[in-house]
Amino acid sequence: MRVPIEWIKDYVDLGSIDERKLIDKLVLTGSNNEGSFQTCEGIEKIVVGKILKISSHPNAEKLCICQIDVGTEVLQIVTGATNISEGDYIPVAIHGAIIANDIKIKRGKLRGEESNGMLCSLEEMGFEKSNIPKAFEDGILILDEAYPLGMDVIECLKLNESVIEFEITPNRPDCLSMIGMAREIVASFDLNLKKPATYEENAPSEIEAYASIDIQDSDLCPRYVAKVIKDIQIGPSPLWMQLRLMQAGMRPINNIVDITNYVMLEFGQPIHAFDLNALSDGKIVVRRAHDEEVIQTLDDKSRELDSEMLVITDGAHAVAIAGVMGGANTEISQSTKNVLIEVASFDKANIRKTSKTLGLRTEASSRFEKGVSVALPMEVADRVCYLIESLNAGTVVPGVLDSNPTGPKPVEIPFDVNAINRVIGSKISKDEMIGLLAKLEIETLENQGCVALIPHFRLDLQKQIDLVEEVARIYGYEKIGMTLPKLDVWGAKTNAQLIKDRVKFELLTNGVDEILSYSFVSKKDLDRIHLAESSLLRNQVALINPLGEEFSVMRTTLVPNILEVLARNSNRKNKAVRIFEIGSVFIPKEVPVTQLPIEKENLTIGLIGEHEDFFTLKGIVENVLTGLGIEDFTFEKELNHPTYHKGRCANIIWKGHVLGILGEVHPLVTENFDLSERAYLADLDYNILIQLAKEDKKYVAVPKYPAIERDIAVLVKDEISSYQIESVVKETAGSLLESVKMFDIYKGKQIEEGYKSVAYELVFRAEERTLVDEEVNKIFNKVLKALEIDLGAQLR
Amino acid sequence: MKEKLQALLSLATEEINASSNLKDLEDLRVKYLGKKGEVTTVLKNMKDLSQEERPLIGKIANEVREAIEVLLENIKEEKKASEIESQLEKESIDVTMPSKRLIRGHKHPINVALDEIFEIFLGMGFKIAEGPEIETVYHNFDALNAPVDHPSRGLSDTFYITEDLLLRTQTSPIQVRTMKNQKPPIKIIAPGRCFRNDEIDATHSPMFHQIEGLVIDKDITMADLKGTLDMFAKRLFGNQTKTKFRPHYFPFTEPSGEVDVSCFKCGGEGCRFCKGSGWIEILGCGMVHPNVLEECGIDSTIYNGFAFGMGLDRITMLKYEIDDIRVLFENDIRFIKQF
Repeated sequence: MRVPIEWIKDYVDLGSIDERKLIDKLVLTGSNNEGSFQTCEGIEKIVVGKILKISSHPNAEKLCICQIDVGTEVLQIVTGATNISEGDYIPVAIHGAIIANDIKIKRGKLRGEESNGMLCSLEEMGFEKSNIPKAFEDGILILDEAYPLGMDVIECLKLNESVIEFEITPNRPDCLSMIGMAREIVASFDLNLKKPATYEENAPSEIEAYASIDIQDSDLCPRYVAKVIKDIQIGPSPLWMQLRLMQAGMRPINNIVDITNYVMLEFGQPIHAFDLNALSDGKIVVRRAHDEEVIQTLDDKSRELDSEMLVITDGAHAVAIAGVMGGANTEISQSTKNVLIEVASFDKANIRKTSKTLGLRTEASSRFEKGVSVALPMEVADRVCYLIESLNAGTVVPGVLDSNPTGPKPVEIPFDVNAINRVIGSKISKDEMIGLLAKLEIETLENQGCVALIPHFRLDLQKQIDLVEEVARIYGYEKIGMTLPKLDVWGAKTNAQLIKDRVKFELLTNGVDEILSYSFVSKKDLDRIHLAESSLLRNQVALINPLGEEFSVMRTTLVPNILEVLARNSNRKNKAVRIFEIGSVFIPKEVPVTQLPIEKENLTIGLIGEHEDFFTLKGIVENVLTGLGIEDFTFEKELNHPTYHKGRCANIIWKGHVLGILGEVHPLVTENFDLSERAYLADLDYNILIQLAKEDKKYVAVPKYPAIERDIAVLVKDEISSYQIESVVKETAGSLLESVKMFDIYKGKQIEEGYKSVAYELVFRAEERTLVDEEVNKIFNKVLKALEIDLGAQLR
Repeated sequence: MKEKLQALLSLATEEINASSNLKDLEDLRVKYLGKKGEVTTVLKNMKDLSQEERPLIGKIANEVREAIEVLLENIKEEKKASEIESQLEKESIDVTMPSKRLIRGHKHPINVALDEIFEIFLGMGFKIAEGPEIETVYHNFDALNAPVDHPSRGLSDTFYITEDLLLRTQTSPIQVRTMKNQKPPIKIIAPGRCFRNDEIDATHSPMFHQIEGLVIDKDITMADLKGTLDMFAKRLFGNQTKTKFRPHYFPFTEPSGEVDVSCFKCGGEGCRFCKGSGWIEILGCGMVHPNVLEECGIDSTIYNGFAFGMGLDRITMLKYEIDDIRVLFENDIRFIKQF
């Protein structure tokens, strides 16, 4: 909401309150500031001049030479302007002036003729092009008064004050008006509101002879007020009004339209003017439209209506879409003689719907959508009439047509001073509270208790709690104390939250960075990871209105996201990338989706880099699992997962349950992501991990007795897995074996094709004594024999 | 005999002093003091001496032996020290060469900021509540007193899955779920992902993060709200931080407010960072609307409370002076490794 200070002063005497003070205070009472500007900021030395003589330029057809009286002297100025005449008062940028866009004006010669300045347009004075009226669009601003020659134009047009922009919250549509903002100023600074002058009826009503109203659907039109103006003189509105409209962001059109816009900005009530002679018999009939009823609107577009929309008709034709836009057939034109002024109230939900259905949002519709008081129309109509008469734009026909003269009953809210104080945490006395409310024109009746009488324009005040905010903001949020709530509760993370911290700790200490990626993905992502057509992960939750295909379904796996990020990093030449994400996946309970899907978290880890392989990833996974106290998990080769390298992929198994999968990514999958290096992925079911995580740890004594170590190297067939060898060793060696670990694998020279040489370190230890070589040798030989028999191993 | 011993001593002294390393010294020890060493031999031959001579020579022999021992010991220590010294010299390195450090992982900056916020609120007695990213229209809008025709409900603002299901546009539905599942007192913060139908640019993301807080009990006041958020702001942005509470409007709170903090860049004097105002808006807050309490099964004549919410991405961006929200979701590790 743009509030020109110069304009607001019509309704409230600001005295010594300057712009800064005004903004700071209003921000604290609830009107947040969104900046302020001066239309003519930075502009210097543009003065009032009078054109004494215009003569043609000897060397240029399109230029002319003006003699301009600027009070102290007569300046010769060459101009290309065509809208000027001798005797006009105009703004003149004299030598040394600065005009819009920081352009300096200097004395000089134009096509050989001396030119000592420049005649200015509104744009050159700093106005936005879109707000400049047609008459001055390409020409010089012609001043409408004989201002003192040589006087600063900015000053004499009162353009030297700021326009403040306020953010108006949706609950306060009444503040989308000068008077609404003036009321906020009045309440904030304890001042008095000056209401603008209005027309007063002083003759018997004659309006019935000119017009009639018939409201057939009063549920959508709770009030309709009409006034008639005759003998209309269409012309420009006075410059002061045009300048105010422009500063508020509206483009002046003609006196009638400008007045309706001006009063709308004053009161926040949309107003429409019909060419009365174009209404059949001066009739106004307000009814729901017929399906497929067509109206040509002011913007020259043909619009098809439906039976849920409200139209204004003249009994025969639609003449306006109620509260949205007028019809072309009744538009005010240069030839308009008589006008019907419509000031009405329309149902806000209906206007919103109409505006949305038609894709037509106007200044009027957006105001009606937010809510306009039903009590406003009469006063607003009288204000329009006053301005029309005082600006000699026409003659008001005595009398008014009003569909609902009584208006709505004022809202009464009983309130309890203590209850209000209890919410605020304050000790405001009853008298003070009544005083605070009174600043907002809320009167209080005191009988048994207090009852607040809500003024008609405050549509947002319905209940006691609404009064709390009014009391608090006028009292001042800044005066409310600061305490801490005294609650009998304590702060703590849940077990699941603590476990997540542990998982992240393990990953971070393993050098894995955390990423966050979008929850919505492309449907094609699952093709890119080669997921089978029959995969359950293909049942996805789809959005009705996605931003695009690439954000159209909710993810059922984090794998594509991780690959995407790996590829992005790889393509940006980031070497050695380890990343993880713990994030939700969304599994529908049924397709199509009708109820909330299952949301569960997955943990996916991805690696690229020359030092990475299956086993670096396996190490990270093992650290995560053991970090959670999960033991006894094994890795079983997985040959059939289409996302992975079939020779380098394993399921992680715990007591028959699959905890997840890890492996090298299939080369065609990496290719799908434009990833030109090997990538490794682990995809873990995070929910199971949380369930398996153990929190208690038990101390195991550090061994007191020394261990004996033995290395073993055997030749086995390629297909014998390390797990098989370890298992045989463990089974055979018995309880004295503390650990067995592979430390070497060799294939190649001296090793027969199809075989591998593997070496293990076996550690033996007894809990209660020092082992002797002999008993270890015995076990060791047993182990060798078992390997030979069970796995066909040959000792090397 | 005596002369011989003295000659041995002086010879030994000479040889020991002349020896160049620890091995020579060991050889000399064997030569003089070993089982067949020269001093030992002298002592062994004592039996040939007279009764009178024996104690005298014995004493001298022992003295010579001790003297050689002390000599050897001293010189050995000296030699050892100098040998170590020269070894250390040889092992000298260029300390400015690059280190061999383990590369640790880094949390995403949004979660670094979130952890910091957790720490503050956990310390103030809050628990952490969570909820689903896909929500019902009821939990996301209806229960929160959002007007039926509010534009935020529209397809141009909110992502829908069905007429009744949507991607939550705020973390407030977690508050609704908490109030429905738990009796007061309630003191929670609720972080999470949220979604709005915004095209991606430097300041908009269709996915973002919020964190909200909710306190419900008997006799909770706006003063409690102010005190809590003032303490939060001071702990997050530093003790010198000032807060400004301004009235605002949200459908689910009444009264409502917004909180500005004094600009942590310029301290409130006004700079480019705070667009000259000296203040930076960080959150919205208010007293929970009685309609919301009642809708969630809490008797608003007995209980009341406050709620607040802020954009976590915005806080993260403010804290680390990140000027483009898109980098948060690009996940370039050169970015993540900075936090």
